Amino acid sequence: MPEPIELKLDHRMDLPDQEDLLDRMAQGVISTPMDRPEGPLKVSGTASYADEDHPPGTAYGWFVRANIAKGWVTGLNTKELQTMPGVLAVIRDDRMIRNPAQGGDAKSPHQGPAEIFYKGQPIALVVAETFEQARDAGLAARAEYKDSSHKAVILPAQAKYEEPRSKQSSQGNLDRAMKKAAFSVDVEYDTPSMSHAAMEPHAAVAWWEDGRLTLRGSYQMLNSNAQELADALGVSVKKVRILSRYVGGGFGSKLGIGHEGVGAAIAAQKLGRPVAIALHRRQVFEATHRRSETRQRVRLCCDADGHLTGIGHEAWVSNLPGEDFSEPVTQATSFTWAGENREIGHYIGRLNLTGAGSMRAPGEAVGVPVTDAAMDELSEAAGIDPVEFRLRNIPETDPSTGKPFSSNRLADCIRIGAERFGWSERPKVPGSRREGEWLIGFGMSAIIRVNMLGDSTARVTLRPDGTALVETDMTDIGTGSYSVLTQIAAEMLGLPPERVTTVLGDSDLPPSIGSGGSRGAASSGSSVMLAARALRGKLAERMGCDEEELTLKDGTVIAGNRQRDLADVLAGDSLQGTGTIRKGKAEDGHRQSSWGAEFCEVAVSSVTGEVHVRRLSGVFAAGRILNAKTARSQCMGGMIFGIGQALHEEVFHDARDGSFMNRDLAEYHVPVNLDVPHMDIELLMDDRDPFANPMQAKGIGELALCGTAGAIVNAIANATGHRFRSFPVTLDKVLEKLG
Amino acid sequence: MDVTLTVNGTPHVLEIDDPRVSLLDALRQRLDLTGTKKGCDHGQCGACTVIVNGRRINSCLTLAVMHEGDEITTIEGIGTPGDLAPLQQAFIRHDGFQCGYCTPGQIMSATAMLEELRQGWPSQVTGDLGSPALSDDEIRERMSGNLCRCSCYPNIVDAIREVAGKAAEGAA
Ligand code: FES
Ligand code: FES
Repeated sequence: MPEPIELKLDHRMDLPDQEDLLDRMAQGVISTPMDRPEGPLKVSGTASYADEDHPPGTAYGWFVRANIAKGWVTGLNTKELQTMPGVLAVIRDDRMIRNPAQGGDAKSPHQGPAEIFYKGQPIALVVAETFEQARDAGLAARAEYKDSSHKAVILPAQAKYEEPRSKQSSQGNLDRAMKKAAFSVDVEYDTPSMSHAAMEPHAAVAWWEDGRLTLRGSYQMLNSNAQELADALGVSVKKVRILSRYVGGGFGSKLGIGHEGVGAAIAAQKLGRPVAIALHRRQVFEATHRRSETRQRVRLCCDADGHLTGIGHEAWVSNLPGEDFSEPVTQATSFTWAGENREIGHYIGRLNLTGAGSMRAPGEAVGVPVTDAAMDELSEAAGIDPVEFRLRNIPETDPSTGKPFSSNRLADCIRIGAERFGWSERPKVPGSRREGEWLIGFGMSAIIRVNMLGDSTARVTLRPDGTALVETDMTDIGTGSYSVLTQIAAEMLGLPPERVTTVLGDSDLPPSIGSGGSRGAASSGSSVMLAARALRGKLAERMGCDEEELTLKDGTVIAGNRQRDLADVLAGDSLQGTGTIRKGKAEDGHRQSSWGAEFCEVAVSSVTGEVHVRRLSGVFAAGRILNAKTARSQCMGGMIFGIGQALHEEVFHDARDGSFMNRDLAEYHVPVNLDVPHMDIELLMDDRDPFANPMQAKGIGELALCGTAGAIVNAIANATGHRFRSFPVTLDKVLEKLG
Repeated sequence: MDVTLTVNGTPHVLEIDDPRVSLLDALRQRLDLTGTKKGCDHGQCGACTVIVNGRRINSCLTLAVMHEGDEITTIEGIGTPGDLAPLQQAFIRHDGFQCGYCTPGQIMSATAMLEELRQGWPSQVTGDLGSPALSDDEIRERMSGNLCRCSCYPNIVDAIREVAGKAAEGAA
């Protein structure tokens, strides 16, 4: 093939988009519910995940983990382990890490496994010829410790809480507003430690060739993951390549490089042969990240007409010493509801527990259900219908900064949702509707998730035969990246999607922001759009017209009354466009968020305390929807995640040493098929947000989770007449109140 | 020792030198049939579901050496990317998966489950024990051993109902 003709288009998002370019294209594939292009591979078991396609000669690793919560490793029965069948190496290496990197760190997490910060921390790695031998030797490992467990801080109640200045804010005088208000609530809620529980355990297969590492891993953000791994190993990032073609779920647990990646790379280097490490499910629970537990105090007050006059939200969260991340619980509180007197508090306790990190919608996932449940309490106190109460309190502008919203569709979502759900049938008096043993109630919640953009680059190549190749290091963790990037390129280039191939998940490809924070599709998608636009410019030049006059459809190039075959215009050339989108000033002047509303009907057994979610429906506005099918599935997944959060999910930490008492999928309960009803999901397909990016699309992967649990506890309150302020609402808690 | 497993109709003689090798690891690591997934290695998630002598089992909970002479069907035996079975096609149409990791297990489980239903096996939600119907709740209950953290459950139910419904029409 001849050298491609290279074209470039960079765009910094300083001004709102005025062109709405995708709406002017002719192919008509964008936004359609196209099937996932990788579907045939996934349903036939041929899509290849991290712990597969092992190179010949692969050895297997198993982590030895700390049995105490705090102290130092002083010795290990290494000699004994080395004599066990098949054992190749027992590795203790200062480059091994304490906990996985946080999303976007781009540098190694805390290293030096000899110092123990939490029970279950990996301290050594055993490598053997077979998986069974490695596991056996790993379980036979006995470490010696300098044990300072008595100094470990396990319970939040024992922790000293930091109060970082930058995370507190206040305006007006909330105390006074609370005193003067016609109605007020001052309530405390708590949410437990939770676990991502992606179905694919974290795994990595590493091998070195000519001083360069290739690592098959299960990661979400390859560009920063490669930097984290290189930094941990002490090599240049050029010496590291990470492949994550298919990722079996992430939900934030695979944002940063983890033990398996660093461990496999070190072992492969030492042994001079490929090494595979797949974390055991228990190790996934205890040695990756958790979502921090939270304690939250919410104060709300309103006047006699139900207009909010004040809102206060304080959150106590935790993490390991020295970790920058802390669950940003109050993130959406600053702008969701009106009220001139406001207070935000954020306090971080340092605990010797498995590190806390981002789990699907860090912040809003636990913050919105709580503020929304408190809103529900206040609406009840004020005697105003919950829908009406929320509609009265949607601010005109961001009440904390006075900045306008880029777009605010919350009221639309609430109104449409109420109508579709049949909200008018809601039992007016809590605890008044009964079907035999079942108490029936309706509840709703606003759904809020901030919107972000991340710098991303993609390459799109038009080949002489009129097919296109899309390449970026973006990942598809089930989110639909393969689908939407294919559709964007197909739309821009006027090609049927079958003529577009999308290659992702290779850190050697142009860097994207990766999958995290619901930024991936909009950010990497914009870079694909820009790359394709660069190609359109070249085609227009060849047609002797302006790009605006160019129509591309079904592989033909149309300018005015001239029409030519794309391959004919390419005339044997390959055109290669590189597109880059960068964050800019557009996000400074306006508050950006995705919006939604969810409605729920529950039945609560007065005999067993079980809660059944009978109906759950949601309406969502997230700018342009890139693929109606995958977007809907993301919303469905988020809503079901919320069922788990409301009713099932809780990590129980042993009060003595912090270890997980329910560290597997039989004891940590995620929703199963029978827990889930049919769902009504409506996407506002006409929504656009010109401030977000040139596609005017916003994040949708986490949105639907951000409030679901609120809708469910509000429905439980309507069914039973009792407020439940401790998540999850398990049967024991229900029975205690029902008496 | 040598163990003969017939996988997707093809007999394989495997030298299993370690009795601890699970059927799941034998398939994945020794036969390179990685379509069958390992989610927990504990019998708790269903990702490793295969059909052995006509019944669905969790292949992580059984040892390879226990399956001398057994007929094993894995996802690779259900259909290939170029020649997908109706259930696989329905999973694509209804978006019965996202990350795809639980999917082979879901499809294996659904395949066996429909046969169990056809043979009249009752389940926890069956009202009339004599004749379980193909209701959504029967599908949900019978698929509840297959976890999906992407949470595609409603789409999985849609896909299974469509295929089972068509098959029932064809038979009637
Ligand atoms: S891997 Fe066998 S049930 Fe989970
Ligand atoms: S598709 Fe991801 S776990 Fe089911």
